[in-house]
Amino acid sequence: MKTENQKAWFFVLPVLFLVAFNALVPIMTVVNYSVQETFGNNLFFWQGLDWFEQILRSDRFHAALGRQFLFTGMILAIEIPLGIIIALAMPRKGIWVSVCLVLMALPMLIPWNVVGAMWNIFALPKVGMLGYFMNDVLGVRYDMTQDPLAAWITIIVMDVWHWTSLVVLLCYAGLVSIPDAYYQAAKIDGASPWKVFRYIQLPKMKTVLTIAILLRFMDSFNIYTEPFVLTGGGPGNSTTLLSIDLVKIALGQFDLGPAAAMSLIYFAITLLVSWLFYTLMTKDDQK
Amino acid sequence: MRKRALIPIFYIIFLMLPIYWLVAMSFKTTNDILAGFSLFPETVTLDNYRVIFTDPTWYWGYINSIIYVSLNTVISICVALPAAYAFSRYRFLGDKQLFFWLLTNRMAPAAVFALPFFQLYSSVGLFDTHLAVALAHCLFNIPLAVWILEGFMGGVPKELDETAYVDGYSFPRFFVTIFLPTIKAGVGVAAFFCFMFSWVELLLAKTLTAVAAKPIAATMTKTASSAGYELGLLAAAGTLTIIPGAIVIYFVRNYIAKGFALGRV
Repeated sequence: MKTENQKAWFFVLPVLFLVAFNALVPIMTVVNYSVQETFGNNLFFWQGLDWFEQILRSDRFHAALGRQFLFTGMILAIEIPLGIIIALAMPRKGIWVSVCLVLMALPMLIPWNVVGAMWNIFALPKVGMLGYFMNDVLGVRYDMTQDPLAAWITIIVMDVWHWTSLVVLLCYAGLVSIPDAYYQAAKIDGASPWKVFRYIQLPKMKTVLTIAILLRFMDSFNIYTEPFVLTGGGPGNSTTLLSIDLVKIALGQFDLGPAAAMSLIYFAITLLVSWLFYTLMTKDDQK
Repeated sequence: MRKRALIPIFYIIFLMLPIYWLVAMSFKTTNDILAGFSLFPETVTLDNYRVIFTDPTWYWGYINSIIYVSLNTVISICVALPAAYAFSRYRFLGDKQLFFWLLTNRMAPAAVFALPFFQLYSSVGLFDTHLAVALAHCLFNIPLAVWILEGFMGGVPKELDETAYVDGYSFPRFFVTIFLPTIKAGVGVAAFFCFMFSWVELLLAKTLTAVAAKPIAATMTKTASSAGYELGLLAAAGTLTIIPGAIVIYFVRNYIAKGFALGRV
């Protein structure tokens, strides 16, 4: 049982100060921009909530948001089941555990723009391994600079390559925490592998799976560097996800007002969905 | 049971293919790479690596990255330790709200913050310093470190604290000599995560630096655009960015699974 102690605030103060400095000042700058119009020369005019209305009504925003949800949905639909399957098949003891864990964690420690650049070259027709294999060995026409479908497949495969291990490692941590006695009891009762999974392994993985879904949602929803380096949002606008569009507006066109309004809407959506996950996750902790 | 082992094996092969490709490419000349597909380098060259290790703009990129990543890891862990202790041991006004607010910063898209960060750090005179990047990365690393450490600390029974007080330990002495050694795995894992996320992040690091503290990953993008496609050089630089991560993973390999679960299994 935790004890009530208001002095604990002193322990939290340094964190509060550092994070607030990094979070509050920039977010207030964004809020400030979002209600003003600028024509350069540091001249700003009050604009009210017009930018928000404009963004929320614009087809461009809807399209980018749709692509973002499609991307995140597909990522979760592929990475979560795949991660569970791999974690279930992993060895539990011995030297191979360490080898598996280290090799699997490797893609996550590569700087994100290197990941993008690496897959860009990897997928080049003629030159890259993937491009060569698809075009010259399988005979499928595959060129992600021309074909939106190929671009989407490449982005998805890249993200699966990059982040599935996170799900694997989380599920694995949940699985190794199950005592052997559970499995022995299941064996005596003659439980099928599916029943073992459904009634022993899945409940034990629930907490870690929620963390995995939460982290994968947040990170895939905010993804910027990898797809930007890989496709630059193209061909056309077919892979322009929300953050790529945002940077295009903010830095490419220097429309600070609309970009700021869009940032806030974007952040609000991320917060809302994450909050739902967080409530689900901590619901059982309270009991 | 043997058949089951095929799944992780195939998965690891899938993971290693692009990495192998990158490493193989780093030993080729750019002309060789563009000449067409080959699985192994026909003539192995170390020229790409020689360029990186002799050109200061390249190797300073690595040094800069390592400086700000280490700085960030130290800052994050030092401030996260007492905070995580407070969250795991005490109830106080607004604790849940504060904890959630910290986590929300982990959710903020970096793209949203790029421009305001530039203005903020320019106005306090920290632009283009290692400290600026280290402090900026605290935005997402401190919440993560608090989250992980809180998970590990929650697993230590409260009786440990109470026994120490009965034995006459002062709080700082208890924290450093008894508590820290008990959760050292958690500290290691939290440090690993801070290192990892600071090392792989580029958008903020690039926005906050120009010359003096420019990260290696930004040096790479610059070379890619100015000198056409120096693929061999790019591949060698990319290969070198994998090494620090691999070394760090090796140290925490026994705790990594538990660490990814943020100590909550």
